[in-house]
Amino acid sequence: MAAATKSSSGTSRTRSSAKKAKPAIAEFDKDQELHAYREMLLIRRFEEKAGQLYGMGFIGGFCHLYIGQEAVVVGMQMAKKDGDQMITGYRDHGHMLAMDLDPKGVMAELTGRRGGLSKGKGGSMHMFSKEKHFYGGHGIVGAQVSLGTGLGFANKYRENGNVAMAFFGDGAANQGQVYESFNMAELWKLPVVYVIENNKYGMGTSIERASATTDLSHRGASFAIPGEQVDGMDVRAVMAASEKALKWCREGKGPYILEMITYRYRGHSMSDPAKYRSKDEVQKMRSEHDPIEQVRTRLLEKGWASEDELKAIDKDVRARVAEAAEFAQTDPEPDASELYTDILR
Amino acid sequence: MPIDILMPALSPTMEEGKLAKWLKAEGDTISAGDVIAEIETDKATMEVEAVDEGTLGKILVAEGTDNVKVNEKIAVLLAEGEDASAIDTAASAPAAAPAAAEAPSAPATPAAPATPVVSEPADDPEIPAGTAMKSSTVREALRDAMAEEMRRDPDVFVMGEEVAEYQGAYKITQGLLDEFSAKRVIDTPITEHGFTGLGVGAAMAGLKPIVEFMTFNFAMQGIDQIINSAAKTLYMSGGQMGAPIVFRGANGAAARVGAQHSQDYASWYAHVPGLKVIQPYSAADAKGLLKAAIRDPNPVIFLENEILYGHSFEIPDMEDFVLPIGKAKIERGGTDVTLVSWGIGMTYALKAADELAGMGISAEVINLRTIRPLDIDTVLASVRKTGRVVTVEEAFPMCSVSSEIAFQVQEKAFDYLDAPILRVTGKDVPMPYAANLEKLALPSVPEVIDAVKAVTYTA
Repeated sequence: MAAATKSSSGTSRTRSSAKKAKPAIAEFDKDQELHAYREMLLIRRFEEKAGQLYGMGFIGGFCHLYIGQEAVVVGMQMAKKDGDQMITGYRDHGHMLAMDLDPKGVMAELTGRRGGLSKGKGGSMHMFSKEKHFYGGHGIVGAQVSLGTGLGFANKYRENGNVAMAFFGDGAANQGQVYESFNMAELWKLPVVYVIENNKYGMGTSIERASATTDLSHRGASFAIPGEQVDGMDVRAVMAASEKALKWCREGKGPYILEMITYRYRGHSMSDPAKYRSKDEVQKMRSEHDPIEQVRTRLLEKGWASEDELKAIDKDVRARVAEAAEFAQTDPEPDASELYTDILR
Repeated sequence: MPIDILMPALSPTMEEGKLAKWLKAEGDTISAGDVIAEIETDKATMEVEAVDEGTLGKILVAEGTDNVKVNEKIAVLLAEGEDASAIDTAASAPAAAPAAAEAPSAPATPAAPATPVVSEPADDPEIPAGTAMKSSTVREALRDAMAEEMRRDPDVFVMGEEVAEYQGAYKITQGLLDEFSAKRVIDTPITEHGFTGLGVGAAMAGLKPIVEFMTFNFAMQGIDQIINSAAKTLYMSGGQMGAPIVFRGANGAAARVGAQHSQDYASWYAHVPGLKVIQPYSAADAKGLLKAAIRDPNPVIFLENEILYGHSFEIPDMEDFVLPIGKAKIERGGTDVTLVSWGIGMTYALKAADELAGMGISAEVINLRTIRPLDIDTVLASVRKTGRVVTVEEAFPMCSVSSEIAFQVQEKAFDYLDAPILRVTGKDVPMPYAANLEKLALPSVPEVIDAVKAVTYTA
């Protein structure tokens, strides 16, 4: 975990969490490892394809890829129960796939087609599914934190035992409404896990240049919200921490903060040349801490899967993504009449 | 010389109150700072402290008296050496400053920018014939609307600053905490951005929040969540997920509260697809439309007015009185000119119509009730009859609701117009504090009359 929190550029203000007690790492059985591998691989391959389609002009506007951060959402997904909600910002494709939204529908939304999850009217940043308990997909940095607190409020109001997971980045962690939400969530003991995906950069500004304190797990301290840093590149650590946080919330103890130390391999969006960090930094993270490679290595070492079996999974995942991409390129654009629908109920 | 103790103004919009209790008797010695009486306004019970010292010479208004006007003489204080025989002289003396130490001293003229006209609603097609009517303040109507809808639907709850234990900063939520408990009547911290977003999130999860803003001036802190989250989610989700939520509270100018507490936001919200915007005038508007807003599956902005809260109107005595959103009401029939107004603007329009009638000009007065969706058809039908339009509102003129009405009328009824469309609005300035400047900044009845004379070429 300590290594994951250090950037190769050696910025001195990054507080290493090595001093802290080593957090729990869930012991995965074979099925869990294989599940995590498959789910993370789906997100990775999906995002690679999305990047490709963007380059080909099929996807327009903004497109924020989740490559590198897959363990965060998959570990949380493995810990949650049916009915628990997720809400996040604009880097949302991974969350949708983890919440079991159809890859075809997600990809077709990226290309703005009628079969997209929002009929082509939302785009990369705006997809939702009440049925799958996914509440978007929000483009205003930090807005999803208040909204997610409202989801937790609804859970408590209805006494349904569900927990809301509100994801946001290290950049959003400096927005004022985050702290307004923290205050109300603790005051009213709302079941919300605040998941800070600290990928070290808010667009092009490193956390050291944007935040007076960089240990974001402490950001709830003045509201007495417990928080911890988690190695967000290790899906087992994510799951263990998530289980603990979800249990805390389900027991009516109020909100919990998880700071996932993670990394995005790609730029902030497709149009980001990423001049603010070195290629070495990215390469080092990829080669030493890749969330998918970690699982792959364990599967092989433990003899739980052979190279051929893993290749078969990869092939299967690629086929699903190819099918989604094919659909997203051939599905027609929305009918012009859709311009004036879904404004009011 | 004896000192008059006057009925104090205890809030920016108070015009009268009840002298609930005298805490001192005639002959008692009074020091500055002593609590001498309790006064009930329509919002709260307040203690009145003496400013001067002396002996309470005579009580002029007995305790329990209702509707005591601000600045009315309620008692006389005798200075050392004076006796009650001095009082007659005092009675004819000019009015002194009010006795309340904490209360702002009220000017001789009412602080309210205009004396609203309380008129009987004309025949309302939404009210079945033969329905009994009863008197209700706008305040009571709003409270009753919320209570009825909360009884009807357990998913409806109200949240905001001071809505529960304090009973509402403007007493709109009075009694709701007792009936519905703290689970459904929720005091928030002073955190508009946060609780606006929290409310929208709860609505996305299927609850039906009523979010009270103490005033809409404070909603500016949370306007991103109203526009970007509440209004746009249904569209962005391809119709899957919306936000059934009501944002309500005092909007526009109260009285003497300055630039940051006096803005009318109707045109701001009316600009945005995905929102409905209601601006009620009467108690019936308030009740029928708030109930409709709570039932509506869309985000609704409900713009109330502090000055109107305490005003009484006839309201139908019905079990479930709901008005349609998006439908204007012809408040007064006429043939020579169409006055289009809404909210507190109606007070100027109706008073002007009364005076115009005396000059032989018959004005039709349309109460829009809803700003978005705009019932332009009712306006157009009237314009086709009168050929002349004057709009009346308190908001700033630039990009105002008046601007939009003028545009649509020229677009859709150009050939029927016999004169340019005029608008009477608040002036294009931040609201000043000084009483005279504030009065100038707001519209006035003479301005409405002048505008009507201009469009009817009777000036």
